[in-house]
Amino acid sequence: MNDDRESILSRVRGALAPLHERAALPDYDTEIAVMRSLIAGRDLAEVFTERIKRVSGLAVADPAALVAHLRAGGWLRGYCDPALWPQLAPHFGPEFKVEVDYDRTRVDDYAFGITRAAGAIAESGTIILNDATTSRRLAALAPWVHVAVVGRGQIFADLPQAVAAIGGDPNVIWCTGPSKTADVEGILIEGVHGPGQQIALLVD
Amino acid sequence: MRSQPIDQFVTTLPADKRASVYQSTKATHEKRTKLLFDEFADPNRLRHLAGEIKQHTLEHLDTYLPAVEAKMKTNGVTVHWAATADAANAAVLAIMRARNATKMVKAKTMVSEEIGLAHFLEQNGCEALETDLGEFIVQIDDDHPSHIVRPIIHKTRREIATSFEREGLGAYNDDPETITRRARQFLRHKYLQADVGLTGANFVSVESGRLVLVTNEGNSRFSLAAPKCHIALVGIEKLVPRDRDLGIFLNLLARSATAQELTVYTEFISGPKSPAQPDGPEEMHVIFVDNGRTEVLASECREILRCIRCGACLNVCPVYRQASGHAYRSVYPGPVGAVLSPLLAGERFPALADLPKASSLCGACNEVCPVNIPIPDLLLRLRNRAKQENVPSPGTPPMGAWALMASQPTAWKAALFGGKVLNYVPAKLIPVPAMQAWSAKRALPEWRGGEFRKWLKNRLQKSPTP
Repeated sequence: MNDDRESILSRVRGALAPLHERAALPDYDTEIAVMRSLIAGRDLAEVFTERIKRVSGLAVADPAALVAHLRAGGWLRGYCDPALWPQLAPHFGPEFKVEVDYDRTRVDDYAFGITRAAGAIAESGTIILNDATTSRRLAALAPWVHVAVVGRGQIFADLPQAVAAIGGDPNVIWCTGPSKTADVEGILIEGVHGPGQQIALLVD
Repeated sequence: MRSQPIDQFVTTLPADKRASVYQSTKATHEKRTKLLFDEFADPNRLRHLAGEIKQHTLEHLDTYLPAVEAKMKTNGVTVHWAATADAANAAVLAIMRARNATKMVKAKTMVSEEIGLAHFLEQNGCEALETDLGEFIVQIDDDHPSHIVRPIIHKTRREIATSFEREGLGAYNDDPETITRRARQFLRHKYLQADVGLTGANFVSVESGRLVLVTNEGNSRFSLAAPKCHIALVGIEKLVPRDRDLGIFLNLLARSATAQELTVYTEFISGPKSPAQPDGPEEMHVIFVDNGRTEVLASECREILRCIRCGACLNVCPVYRQASGHAYRSVYPGPVGAVLSPLLAGERFPALADLPKASSLCGACNEVCPVNIPIPDLLLRLRNRAKQENVPSPGTPPMGAWALMASQPTAWKAALFGGKVLNYVPAKLIPVPAMQAWSAKRALPEWRGGEFRKWLKNRLQKSPTP
């Protein structure tokens, strides 16, 4: 294996040695990759709500609206991050069965999973999760409905801003709408391995 | 006239498949154009910039590779190097053996296709299950992907339903939603039982040592949420210098690949899971794979290593649209494949030397490329290489007669006059089979040979001094 390291690196050096001049790293403003006209001067929560809808996700402004949506879909069993449950529990009626421990041997028992987001991106309608904030990777992925609780103050305007804020967490994931595929004859199907419903609950 | 291998393949393609590949590539291409040009003031500036960043990176791999290795080690990642396909396969197997692991779930990675990883692991008593829906179907059919981004663009829902029935995934049902739900149900339990999750990487930031992975289905996320060990196979060309560069590339990749603003899941991974996180890998390995890339880097076609595997050049290519992916007989089809496959083939170059010729050099691939690779120029360089190496080229029209004519002014003038005679001879009567085949569905334009000479002569007489 170490031999392979040396042989690869020496071949790379050999390949580059004949170049008289090497291409410089271009200097640029990340602004050129931002859809500025979309976000300029607007309330980021409003842009985010509009953009997540465009990627067939949903943003709801209060827990009552979330509970109504879950009830309407018949998604009555689920998981909730134990840190969130005390504030959310009063909104859920007795017809719901919500667990604060996630049992990975029963993944199909959870119709929804409620976890905390690390932030959101307005421009693309993206929910940001990471290891520090999201209580369980599986609970945000395996249930049919994923609800991410997003603070209004945590919404980044655009992709470059969100990249700059990745920080030290070993695993940051951007989720933009429900899991989907078009592998079979190019027909779009939502809910492949991950959630078929990607919902952001906006809180102050 | 004997035709080239790619033409021979096309004649075996059923008309409905050809039509469906044509339609879906065309639709994706048109949506891509709309997305890029509606939203960005100057999308071409973005493409050129991305190309410059990648070219810079390639030409500094001698410093960037050791730098990213050091960063990854600091992040808690075990780094391996594999010069060849065999070495890469052996490295994966060694990691699995060390953990007594026998079950792997695989996200989509083109490098694993290159090295034949799934077959290798199966021969060594390990299960290596594809989890991308398209790749899963390719695997159960023992087939090969025919598109970089849409592996089963060549399959109909009826064929897929038949395969699912055969594999015991339910009674025949060709509704795409039912097919997807069945795969979801089957695969989620496979993730939970797997020991190892294997992925590729779309980008690797040298600055932070982070891998960036994008998927729409969420299969790579599941492979990193259930198993306890993560192995990433990474081609040595995947680096970008800084995190901030990712903003440019992510914007271009999704739009170019699937005409989306952003892929559904974009994951930034710098190491094993946080200690407090219950789900995810406790151990992470990165295997840097060469497998012919350093040879490409040394060649005059090194620009092809900028490729970010979006498939936009396949979607726009008039040859790919007619021929579809299997015609290219290699892991990478389409215009990028016509350059990359013969180069990666090493000593087998002559066997794929016809691919660079299967192009009209129309330049559409260069125009859509998110990293601005001059594919037509590279195709010409490879045609030249084949000529230099005296690779036989069956099916290429003989050019000897043309060369003789073009180098003898008298013969040329005689031919121009002879051409005029053709205007009075019905094409059917010309005793050249290729000509008859060509004219069966087309009409020859009227011969106007010699007009330019006449025009130039008159012009010189009118204004003798320039």
